[in-house]
Amino acid sequence: MDLSGFRDPTIARGLIDAISATDTGPVKIMEVCGTHTVSIAKNGLRAIMPERVTLLSGPGCPVCVTANRDIDTAVALSQRPDVIVTTFGDMMKVPGSYSSLSREKAEGRDVRIVYSPLDALTLAEKEPDREVIFIAVGFETTAPLIAAAILRAQEQGLTNFSVFCAHKTVPIALEALVNDPEVQIDAFILPGHVSTIIGSQPYEFLAEQYKVPGVITGFEPVDVLQGVYMILKQLEEGRSEIEIAYHRGVMPEGNPTARELVERVFEPVDADWRGIGVIPGTGMGIREAYAAFDAAKKLPVELPEPKEIKGCQCGEVLRGVILPFNCKLFARGCTPEHPIGPCMVSSEGSCAAYYRFTDYGKSDASDG
Amino acid sequence: MCLAIPARIASIAEHRMATVDIVGVTRVVSLDLVPEAEVEDWVLVHAGFALQVVEEEYAKETLELLKTLPFFEDQEPLLAEGA
Ligand code: SF4
Ligand code: SF4
Repeated sequence: MDLSGFRDPTIARGLIDAISATDTGPVKIMEVCGTHTVSIAKNGLRAIMPERVTLLSGPGCPVCVTANRDIDTAVALSQRPDVIVTTFGDMMKVPGSYSSLSREKAEGRDVRIVYSPLDALTLAEKEPDREVIFIAVGFETTAPLIAAAILRAQEQGLTNFSVFCAHKTVPIALEALVNDPEVQIDAFILPGHVSTIIGSQPYEFLAEQYKVPGVITGFEPVDVLQGVYMILKQLEEGRSEIEIAYHRGVMPEGNPTARELVERVFEPVDADWRGIGVIPGTGMGIREAYAAFDAAKKLPVELPEPKEIKGCQCGEVLRGVILPFNCKLFARGCTPEHPIGPCMVSSEGSCAAYYRFTDYGKSDASDG
Repeated sequence: MCLAIPARIASIAEHRMATVDIVGVTRVVSLDLVPEAEVEDWVLVHAGFALQVVEEEYAKETLELLKTLPFFEDQEPLLAEGA
């Protein structure tokens, strides 16, 4: 086995041996985080697992799980002449029902990529005559930044800044997957940076109520291997707990300041997940007190019925029902250069990660 | 997408805005989410905000690792553009 890709092959070897030595039946482990998906694909971790252990990718990329309707809304907002739409780079190419933000930009709409929501605030100060809207997607990691930006805008008395909020939260979505009869998940590798904010407590119900263990881990290949090992150990011993294999970066209580800001600005609402559907309580709505910064309330748009992309199986990929290779369009029509579905657009999307690190992505496979 | 990158705080100015070095690029980030952070602390930075104070050893390991991740290349132009 070639372990040269590991920064520390001895540790990797030890972990692989320890994994093989565990005694369990067939196990399906889902990684929820896009960064984990990349690490697993890049380092060929699926292939070095014992046959009984299957690694599945889940809905871990916030760009991928953004519903068509939300992208359609962002597109419609960008079509208003009095508006500047700002967003993270990842969102630009994601196709909605009829268009994408990058297509709108090419057609002359004012759509700008920003590095931080604070850049959108600065832009709003510079362009007082236009509404600057930040299209916010992301999980718990990103939500506190949006909350902080809204509070800052309020402090500064900005009246031309607002947020279109398509934020989602992770733990309850995992419950929906556990309850999905089409998917059978025995354990989760839990996201590192989401947990930096929320800590380990919000996942505990999965272990307690559903007996599904989880390990929070970093994204280095040995971190992932350690997470898998800890999961298999739990299953072997008949335990189900939420453990942290990433103590240097995650405290059990998360970041209380960040959680408090999120709590102040947002309230749980229903969210539409691409491929999964509406999951109650997994969205973040801007509270009434901050309605002045809520683009959905400030500039409501009329939308045609959303339309799904024909043949795209992103929904099944996102639920771990199929692997990217199993989609009929994978590498045939759908590639990172010409993505059909969002899982191929985002650099952390499962399809893009798998494409890049297999023979399909010949030109890409050697970099990084 | 919500990848956080370690950075060291060089100085702190008004409104808890800190100057940090992120893989060789100087950036100004908000410390709104880490009231405890001080100059010389290592923090995890995501989209213009410090998310958490972390140990130096962890920060350095993560930086090494980041250089090997493919999507980091995608992030670099974002980091480089206007400090
Ligand atoms: S933890 Fe962060 S980096 Fe990983 S998939 Fe979730 S949002 Fe993306
Ligand atoms: S290959 Fe393309 S169309 Fe198929 S699931 Fe992946 S992103 Fe969607």
